[in-house]
Amino acid sequence: MAETMPCVRGILCNFRSFLYREMFLGLLVLHIVSPFYNTAAVEILRPRGVSLLHKPFYDESKPFTCLDGSATIPFDQVNDDYCDCKDGTDEPGTAACPNMMYYCSNKGFTPKTIPSSRVNDGICDCCDGTDEYSGLILCQDKCREMGAVELEQRKKQAEVINKGFQMRQTLVADGKQTRQDREAKLNALKEEKQVVETKKQKAQAAKEAAEAPEKEAVDKHKQAWDEVKAARELERQKEAGTAAFSELDLDGDGLVKLEEFQTHLEFDDDVDGEVTEDEAKTHLGDVTEVDLDRFLTETWPEIKDLYQGEKDKAKEPPAAEPTKGDPDLAPSEETPPPPPAEEEEEREEEEEEEHDDDEPDIDVDKDEPKTDEDEMPDYDEETKQLISAADQARAEYTEANKKVSDIDAQIRQLEKQLGTDFGAEAEYSSLDGQCFELETKEYKYKLCPFDKCSQSPKHGGSETTLGRWESWAGPEDNKYSAMKYTKGQNCWNGPDRSTEVRMTCGIENKLLSASEPNRCEYVFEFETPAMCSKEVPNNPEFSHEEL
Amino acid sequence: MGLFSCSTGAWGFRMGNMPRPKLLLLVVLCVLGAEAVDRSNFKTCDQSSFCKRHRNLQPGMSPYRALMDTVQMTPEGLSMKVLNTMNKVELQLHLAAVNVNTARLTIDEINPIRERFRPTDALSKEPTIAEASILAQDDNSVTLGFLQNKAVVTSDPFRIDFLVDDELAISVNSRGLMKFEQYRKRKNNDEPAEGQENEENQEGEKQEGEGEEEKPVEEEDEPGMWEETFKSHHDSKPYGPSSIGLDFSFPGVEHVYGIPEHADSFALKTTTSGEPYRLYNLDVFEYELHNPMALYGSIPVMIAHNAQRTVGLFWMNAAETWIDISSNTAGKTVFGKMLDYVKGGSEMPQTDTHWISESGVIDVFFMLGPRPAEVFSQYTDLTGKPAMPPLFAIAYHQSRWNYNDEEDVKNVDAGFDDNDIPYDVLWLDIEHTDGKRYMTWDKHKFPHPVDMQDKVAAKGRKMVVIVDPHIKRDDNYHIHKDAKDHGYYVKSKDGGDFEGWCWPGSSSYLDFINPTVRSWWASRFELGTFEGSTKNLFIWNDMNEPSVFNGPEVTMHKDAVHYGGWEHRDVHNIFGMYLPKSTYLGLMQRSNNKERPFVLSRAFFSGYQRYGAVWTGDNTAEWGHLQISIPMLLSLSVAGQSFVGADVGGFFKNPDSELLLRWYQAAAYQPFFRAHAHLDTRRREPWLFDKETMNGIREAIRARYALLPYWYTLFYQAATQGMPVMRPLWVEFPQDTSTFATEDEYMIGNALLAHPVTDAGATGVQVHLPGEGEVWYDVDTHKKYNGGATEYVPVTLTKIPVFQRGGTIVPRKERIRRASSLTNRDPYTFTIALDKQGRATGEIFVDDGHSFKYRDNNRFLHKNYLFENNKLISRTLDMNGEFETKSWVERIVIIGLPKAPTTITIDGIRDIMIDKKNLEFRYTPDTQTLVIRKPAVNVAQNWSITLQ
Repeated sequence: MAETMPCVRGILCNFRSFLYREMFLGLLVLHIVSPFYNTAAVEILRPRGVSLLHKPFYDESKPFTCLDGSATIPFDQVNDDYCDCKDGTDEPGTAACPNMMYYCSNKGFTPKTIPSSRVNDGICDCCDGTDEYSGLILCQDKCREMGAVELEQRKKQAEVINKGFQMRQTLVADGKQTRQDREAKLNALKEEKQVVETKKQKAQAAKEAAEAPEKEAVDKHKQAWDEVKAARELERQKEAGTAAFSELDLDGDGLVKLEEFQTHLEFDDDVDGEVTEDEAKTHLGDVTEVDLDRFLTETWPEIKDLYQGEKDKAKEPPAAEPTKGDPDLAPSEETPPPPPAEEEEEREEEEEEEHDDDEPDIDVDKDEPKTDEDEMPDYDEETKQLISAADQARAEYTEANKKVSDIDAQIRQLEKQLGTDFGAEAEYSSLDGQCFELETKEYKYKLCPFDKCSQSPKHGGSETTLGRWESWAGPEDNKYSAMKYTKGQNCWNGPDRSTEVRMTCGIENKLLSASEPNRCEYVFEFETPAMCSKEVPNNPEFSHEEL
Repeated sequence: MGLFSCSTGAWGFRMGNMPRPKLLLLVVLCVLGAEAVDRSNFKTCDQSSFCKRHRNLQPGMSPYRALMDTVQMTPEGLSMKVLNTMNKVELQLHLAAVNVNTARLTIDEINPIRERFRPTDALSKEPTIAEASILAQDDNSVTLGFLQNKAVVTSDPFRIDFLVDDELAISVNSRGLMKFEQYRKRKNNDEPAEGQENEENQEGEKQEGEGEEEKPVEEEDEPGMWEETFKSHHDSKPYGPSSIGLDFSFPGVEHVYGIPEHADSFALKTTTSGEPYRLYNLDVFEYELHNPMALYGSIPVMIAHNAQRTVGLFWMNAAETWIDISSNTAGKTVFGKMLDYVKGGSEMPQTDTHWISESGVIDVFFMLGPRPAEVFSQYTDLTGKPAMPPLFAIAYHQSRWNYNDEEDVKNVDAGFDDNDIPYDVLWLDIEHTDGKRYMTWDKHKFPHPVDMQDKVAAKGRKMVVIVDPHIKRDDNYHIHKDAKDHGYYVKSKDGGDFEGWCWPGSSSYLDFINPTVRSWWASRFELGTFEGSTKNLFIWNDMNEPSVFNGPEVTMHKDAVHYGGWEHRDVHNIFGMYLPKSTYLGLMQRSNNKERPFVLSRAFFSGYQRYGAVWTGDNTAEWGHLQISIPMLLSLSVAGQSFVGADVGGFFKNPDSELLLRWYQAAAYQPFFRAHAHLDTRRREPWLFDKETMNGIREAIRARYALLPYWYTLFYQAATQGMPVMRPLWVEFPQDTSTFATEDEYMIGNALLAHPVTDAGATGVQVHLPGEGEVWYDVDTHKKYNGGATEYVPVTLTKIPVFQRGGTIVPRKERIRRASSLTNRDPYTFTIALDKQGRATGEIFVDDGHSFKYRDNNRFLHKNYLFENNKLISRTLDMNGEFETKSWVERIVIIGLPKAPTTITIDGIRDIMIDKKNLEFRYTPDTQTLVIRKPAVNVAQNWSITLQ
């Protein structure tokens, strides 16, 4: 066929002859040579672009049948730069068929399969240069050179991987140990909890036992004091009523009459500037006059809050001033002065813990300035002893209760840790609780494994959460190669920020890069020995299918 | 890529990486306007005082009269005066035949107090005056004859009628809507112009039945004549009213096209009940579909077509322009003797149009066809043939706002190779710059731009970076420093450098009206000057309307001042074109005028086709936007702008996989093929989608690559004859009236009809295959269809309905390489689709794909292929061309061959020596398809293949 090729301006003819000779005669001479083993060279002939695996299908002594069976053609139409087979298998060494693959053996390096559309396109794709044979470009065989570099690199990589693997072994051991420790601790805590729970119950019973007589004695004491207070109050009211009576009794006849009531504008219920007879009568108790006795027993209790005597009138306006008797406006006896800020949290916790305590208010009047006569007298010695005993029981109970809470908290923490998936062999366990940072031009990125990812601007500004620990997110066969952090700060008009952390094998834990390939979807690259899950040979070699 | 904006005065930055605390402030401002276009940011005709004045004119009351005693025939054509009988102002009229079957009408003031702007840079050269003579003249009319055409000027009422082969084709001022506001002194500057109410068209009413001896009636000032405020923006209008308007009617025409750019139907709609079509280059955030609002570019060209004739109109004016369109019947505007020229009588349909511009002169070209191809040729004889793009430019482009850094570029480039998807050009949007200082690089993200480009170019690919015309006001930025020091910026009305907000913040705008600025700008592209650039770097010019975030209607103030004292209002619509024009010149000079530049621009004007491609701006990932891409691209195509495309996938929002795939399939069959996306969208490189979607996208892109020889030949036809690459059906089937409003399918050249699937969940499409007696073949299955019918074609997700017309030959290169430049030596497959007579013809253009050698050194092949009488003959079409190529003929596919031949032989023709030999072949009776195996002749050769 080459003889029949047309010649145009002399060039094409030569070119095509060259091409055809290459395609028909240019069977590959393959040397099974590894630079690392000095074996003898062996030649295996087969059409260009065919892998050794497929060699048996290309028998030059027979017509060629496409691998999909779509056609059978003379063998000289294999690699003749025209596509005859639907599957392209007649042209493994030319670009004639779409979707066909070209095999280069790349001796000295790794073999490669490239789309056959890359054959004779002027770009050297195979390091052995066999993909370019049209004369468009001369490709040097760089496989040995590249192989040496590659092997050197792989060697270094292998060192890293193997060192990482060793470290990982430790991590795994540590992780397992940590897990065991945690499990053991959990069990111990659970046992301890039973003990302290019992103690707590006992303390509670003791507390209740001590509080009952205490309450009785205290109540008794208070009741007595209340009676005293009530008697004093009665006396006070009598004095005030008598004083008011004499103020009201303008004519001093021992009777307070309607017209005398009418002089007091505070009885002007409809506020029309005049106290009518009816208004006066209402307040006087539906009679026209009262004597002192009746005034004190019936009238005064009704009007005492309303009545304005000489004293009151002196300080206008009376309504704006909170009266002593007003329960809403009186400072609450239970509100202590605000504590210093630092103590606040602590106090809240204490309050929280003591929430269900039914402790009596024994120190009610602690901060209230009182006149002597308003102050409750001290408890008697017996009561004091009872209180003291109850205080101690309460303190013991509080302590027991705190112990239970502490253990509960520890159990929760341990259960959470034990429930977290730290990898197939707990190799990521040690990362829990640590944080790793990376500074870029604009931002500082932070990864706290099993907690969250964040970003803060380097030149001031608040931290943005880029996601909270969600789950492992690697592919099915390599689940522990990526982490997913979700539900970070929301993006305007967009999703919540989220981060994927891609893990690679390395000899230290290090955040390598942070990027945002999609808006508000971040990708971190993180290197850790925990990813070095396989040992590799320290002296890597290239594997060839020929070998 | 567009404005992140919401209300006038609000402006947005493109934000870099998250988090974006600063954005929050904007967010609050923008929440309400974030959904779609905020119409209130843009003027209606009523809000544009000159438009309102013209639109309120009543037909039939023209005050203008042509003065017959001033008629003069000069070597430059016919000249005469036209009198406004109301205000007695005389205007100068010129009417000349130019080039071929083209007439030019100009009407301007005589001794004006201010010169009027003429956007003559739209023209590629001064049109050649053609022979014309006065055929007849009487008291009321004069008839100019040129070739088979006549122009009849009637004095009173003033009108001009163009006749082609003695049939009335275009009437000018037949409705009497002409209005020419001469420059004038302001009557009383103390009185505010506002509030002087005046009855519209008072002049016309008063004038009725009155004689010339009447005293001039002075026009009263109307609101908005001497100053105007829109939203918070004040237009000082120091020169007062200056608008012009004229009506044109097309008797016998129901369909008019063109006047891009609008997101509207291809066949233009009547505007009687709404707003007129508006031409005013604007950056419209999230533009709406199906309305006449102005968009990024303007080509004031209208094509009128009916079964008998195609004519065109070019209103050469760069000011804000409004166009009203209405339907009519011819009888109402045709009078007297003109009636004789109207075939079909007075009930004939007619389309009336009314053109209104804010300033400038009346300067109109009439392209009289009469065939579609002739109109395109006539228009591009005036404004220039489209640039012949380099091959890579018509291949597939991968863009995104933004590819973040060199690593990202490397990975995307590798992604295409890993997935065996070809692409030619990788694009970098504004984030590649150092703080939006164009022609600089972000030193952290792109520290090694040359190395990066070299690596991309090592696979035969190119890169494109964006270069916008707003310049950051930063004295440490060399472009700003130079421009400021030399006074290269547009000035504000007060004389200082105009300042506005754009991506970099406070910016100024280079005054490309100044030729010195243009050549200075061009020199910025020298490889030694543009740091980090290589010969494989090409340029994208965006935001050149110009976009001014805080300006009126998001553009420049009309009273800003340009070189030569022109107001921005005079030059606005052509201003945007000077940026890509200067960039084009820069890329030319960079290669000593040897390499063909590639430039993409968002704003454009008539004549821009000489420089590069345009895209339809910031569209949205919605099916409606995919659908509108076809009419929008067709409107551009018939207006001379052949190299057009829409962002694949939609710029705003995220397309689902079906929409993305359908968009790729459509765009693979549109001239400019680029995927692009907004910063806030999800990444959408094809391999990020499911396998079926990715494979579908790959197949669509590969189909494009296979057809590149055909596309390239079409672009050559565009570059030489002005024929659009993407054509409405009526261009190929001018008599098939059912195609006149078609906008869901189109022709690529004369051979392929594409009907992209543009509906969600489609399982089939109704395809109209035009042409009685024609045959069509499905390009995938070779299934045969008869023309003149509408067929239901079922589709799968991967099917792209494309049909080859019987009688055509389509060249392909079926070996799909990583980039188009790697296919130079690859062989051709010719697909011959036979018509009912067993005949077919086609052509091919071949050159080096990138240089001007085809033009300057005749280094090209232009071949013709003819199949008839069972013989295929390859001939040289253009004997001037000579080009050596390694490409050969791999395969010939003949579709529609009723029976298998017995032998096939190839032989040289004439003196060409090739050995006669038999060729192998395979015939498939089901599809009547013959595949001839490996003729293996060089494509440069002339040969014949005979079937027996």
